[in-house]
Amino acid sequence: MKVLTCLMLVLALAGCTRERRKPTDVAPSSARPEGSPESALQPGPTGTPPSAEPSAVALPAEGMPHAPYEQSAWAVSEGKRLYQWYNCVGCHANGGGGMGPPLMDDKWIYGSDPIKVHQSIVDGRPNGMPAFGGKIPDSQIWQLVAYVRSMSGLLPKDVRQTRSDHMSVRPSEQAMRPAKPKNEAGTPPSAERPG
Amino acid sequence: MSGLSQSNRRVIVCRVVLIMALALASVAAENPAPSKDGQWLRPAKDFASTRYSDLAEINVGNVKQLKLAWSFSTGVNRGQEAAPLVVDATMYVVTPFPNILYALDLAKPGAPLKWKYEPKPAAAAQGVACCDVVNRGAVYADGKIVYNTLDGQTVAVDAATGKEVWKTKLGEINRGETITMAPLVVKNKVLVGNSGGEMGVRGWLTALDLATGKISWRAYSTGPDKDVLIGSNFKPFYEFDQGKDLGVSTWPPEAWKIGGGTVWGWISYDPELDLIYYGTSNPGPWNSDQRPGDNKWAATLFARKPDTGEAIWAYQFSPHDLYDYDGVNENILLDLTLKGQKRKVLVRPERNGYIYVIDRATGEVLSATPYVHITSTERVDLKTGRLIYNEDKKPQLGKVVRDICPAPPGAKDWQPAAFSPRTGLLYIPHQNLCMDIEHVEANYIAGTPYVGANVRMKAGPGGDRGLFTAWDPVNARELWSVKEHFPVWSGALVTAGDVVFYGTMDRWFKALNARTGEILWQFRVSSGIIGQPITYRGPDGKQYVAILSGVGGWAGAIVAADLDARDSSAALGFVNAMKDLPDQTAKGGTLYVFALP
Repeated sequence: MKVLTCLMLVLALAGCTRERRKPTDVAPSSARPEGSPESALQPGPTGTPPSAEPSAVALPAEGMPHAPYEQSAWAVSEGKRLYQWYNCVGCHANGGGGMGPPLMDDKWIYGSDPIKVHQSIVDGRPNGMPAFGGKIPDSQIWQLVAYVRSMSGLLPKDVRQTRSDHMSVRPSEQAMRPAKPKNEAGTPPSAERPG
Repeated sequence: MSGLSQSNRRVIVCRVVLIMALALASVAAENPAPSKDGQWLRPAKDFASTRYSDLAEINVGNVKQLKLAWSFSTGVNRGQEAAPLVVDATMYVVTPFPNILYALDLAKPGAPLKWKYEPKPAAAAQGVACCDVVNRGAVYADGKIVYNTLDGQTVAVDAATGKEVWKTKLGEINRGETITMAPLVVKNKVLVGNSGGEMGVRGWLTALDLATGKISWRAYSTGPDKDVLIGSNFKPFYEFDQGKDLGVSTWPPEAWKIGGGTVWGWISYDPELDLIYYGTSNPGPWNSDQRPGDNKWAATLFARKPDTGEAIWAYQFSPHDLYDYDGVNENILLDLTLKGQKRKVLVRPERNGYIYVIDRATGEVLSATPYVHITSTERVDLKTGRLIYNEDKKPQLGKVVRDICPAPPGAKDWQPAAFSPRTGLLYIPHQNLCMDIEHVEANYIAGTPYVGANVRMKAGPGGDRGLFTAWDPVNARELWSVKEHFPVWSGALVTAGDVVFYGTMDRWFKALNARTGEILWQFRVSSGIIGQPITYRGPDGKQYVAILSGVGGWAGAIVAADLDARDSSAALGFVNAMKDLPDQTAKGGTLYVFALP
C-alpha cells in the first residue's frame, strides 16, 4: 500500500513537470513586405536534388531533431501560427487539402516520419510543393513539422491544439483519433497518370 | 378511269401533285437538307459562343433511342472540362494535366487512335493550379490544333500528323501562373489568357501569331494604361470606368502588380464590329480589406480590337469585388429585338448572380436581372452601371459573416451556357450555393496562394445545389428550371432538333426538350460529368453527340484530389458543400459518343 501511494505521488509529481521551451526559437518578423516582393520560392524542388538524407541543417547534438518540438505544445502552437503565416493553409487548407494534398488523413505520399516531412518542406516535392529550405529558420520548419503531424493526431494528445481562433471548419487537432499512416511507400500522384 | 372526263383527270393529277408537294415540304421541315456545318472547330462552336448546332437528325421525337456508339479512356483521372473537337473525319481530345492531345479516326469503326501528342508540362505546375488541373479544350485553325498546357505554354500541333509546329512559353509557374483556358483564334491570332487569380498573379490576355507562335501583343488587366493597351479610342460607357491609369490608381501602391484579373474564361468575337470580348477574374487577395479601391480592371468585361489588342470599351461588373466573383464567363453575342428596337447585344450570365444584356458596340448595360437568390448585393444601378453591395454581408477581418449568396463560385462559374435561335432561349448550367466567410490576413509569397479568407460553402435556399435554367433574354425571365443535386458543372449544348444536352456530377448525361425542360433521355456514365457536350456529323453521315466524363474541377476537387471532407475549408471552402459527392462518383476520364441505332 505504501509503495502504491509512493508511486502515485511520484506519478502525480511527474505530471506537474513544466513543459520546457527552447529560448533559442525566434519568432518570425512581423514586418510585412512592401509592394510586390519577389521571393525565390517556387513550386517543386530547387537546386540540388533532394537527397535520401535530411538536409544539412543544424540538428540538436543529442537525440532526434524533432523530439523537442513534438513534445512541446508551444512549438505545436507556433507551428499552427506559421502554417497560416507561410501560406501552407492556402494549398493544404486546414488539413483537408486543395491545391495540395490533405494533411489530416492517413495518406502520406512522401512519408509521415518527421524527417521525411521536414525534407518535404525543406526541399519541396516534384508535384508542386515549394522548397522552403534556407528561406525560413530551421526551427520554424521543425515547428511546422510538429504541427503538420498533429493534424492527423500523430502527436501526444496533450501537445495538440484544442481550439482555433478562427471560424470553425474542422474538428480540433486534439479531438483527432490518431490516424495510423498507410501507403507509406506510396505512389506519388504523378505516377497515377500516363506520360 | 374511262368514266372520268379529261378535265376531271387534270384536277386529280393537280391535286395529287399538290399533296405530294405538301408532303415533301413537310418532310423537308422535319428533315432539313444535310447541313454543311457538321464539324466542331472550337469549344463554343461559333464566334458568338452559342453552342448551337443546326444538326437535327437527333430530335425531340427520337432522342430516347440514343445509344452508346463507342467510348475512349483518356488515361487521366482528373477533372475533364474540355470540349472534344471534330475536324473533317478526326476527333481531337485534350486531357487535364499532363495535357495529352489524342487524335481519333472517325472514318474507321470504333474510332481508333491516329496519333497522340504529349507536351510533357512541368509537374510542379500542379502545385499552383487553384482548382484541379483542368484544361478547357483546344481550337482548330489553318491545319493546326492549338491549345494550352498547365505550365503556361501554348502549343500548335499539325492536325494531320500530330507533329508540334510551335510552342511558346507565356506564363511562369514560379509566379503562380498556369493556363487552363481554351484559346480562340481570330484573324490568324491565337488569343490566350492566364490563370492564377488565387496566387497573386497579374492577369493578361496575349495574342500569338497563328503561323509562328510569336507574341504580337499582350494586354494586362492591371497597371498603367499603356500596359492595359488603353489609348485614345477607349470609350467606356460609364463614368466610374473613365479616367487615366485606373489600373494603378484604384489600388493601394504597387498592389496592382499582384492583383489578379486573370483571363481564364471565354472569348467571343464579332466580325462585323471587329471586336473581341472577354472578362477578367477576381482581384487578389480575396481579403478585400487589403486592397481598398475599385481594383481595376479585375472582374471587368473588355472589348478590344483583335489586330492590336487596343481596348475600345470596358465595363467592371464587380468593382472592389468582395466575394471572388470572377468576371470570366462566356459572352453570347446575339441580335435581339428589345422594346421594338433591333440591338446588337452581348448576353452574359454573370457569376455575381445577374444576367446582363449589354450593348456590345458601346458597353451600355440594357438590363441586369437576378437569376438566383442573391444576398451579397442589392441590384445593378443602370444609371451609373455600378453593382450595389449589401452592407450587411460585407466580409470582415476576424469575424464570420454568414449566408452570403451566391458563394465564391457564383451563380454560375466557368460552365458555358448555350443559345438556340429556334427557341430564343438561353440554357444555363449553374449552381445554388451560399457561404459563411471570415477574412484573415493574406501574406504575399510568390508562387503560393494569396487569398486571406476562411470559407465554408453550403447549399442555397431549397437545398438543391445545381440548376439547369432556360432563360428568355428578351423578356429577362426564366422559362423553366431543372433542379440537380450537385452544381451543374458541365457546359450546355442545344441543337436544331430542339434537344438540349448537359451532364451532372452524379454521372448522368441528359437530353431535355429545349422548349419544355422535359427529360427525354439519360445515360449513366462512369464518373461525374464536368465537360462540354458537342455534336457532329460523322463521315457516315450520321449525327453523333460526344461528352467527356471524369469528375473534378473546383466543385469536384474533393474526389479528383482525394480531399478530406472533415475540413470544411478544403478546396477554398467548396468541400463543405460537396461532402456527399464521393458517395456518387469516383475519379475517371472517359469519352462517350452516342448516336441513333
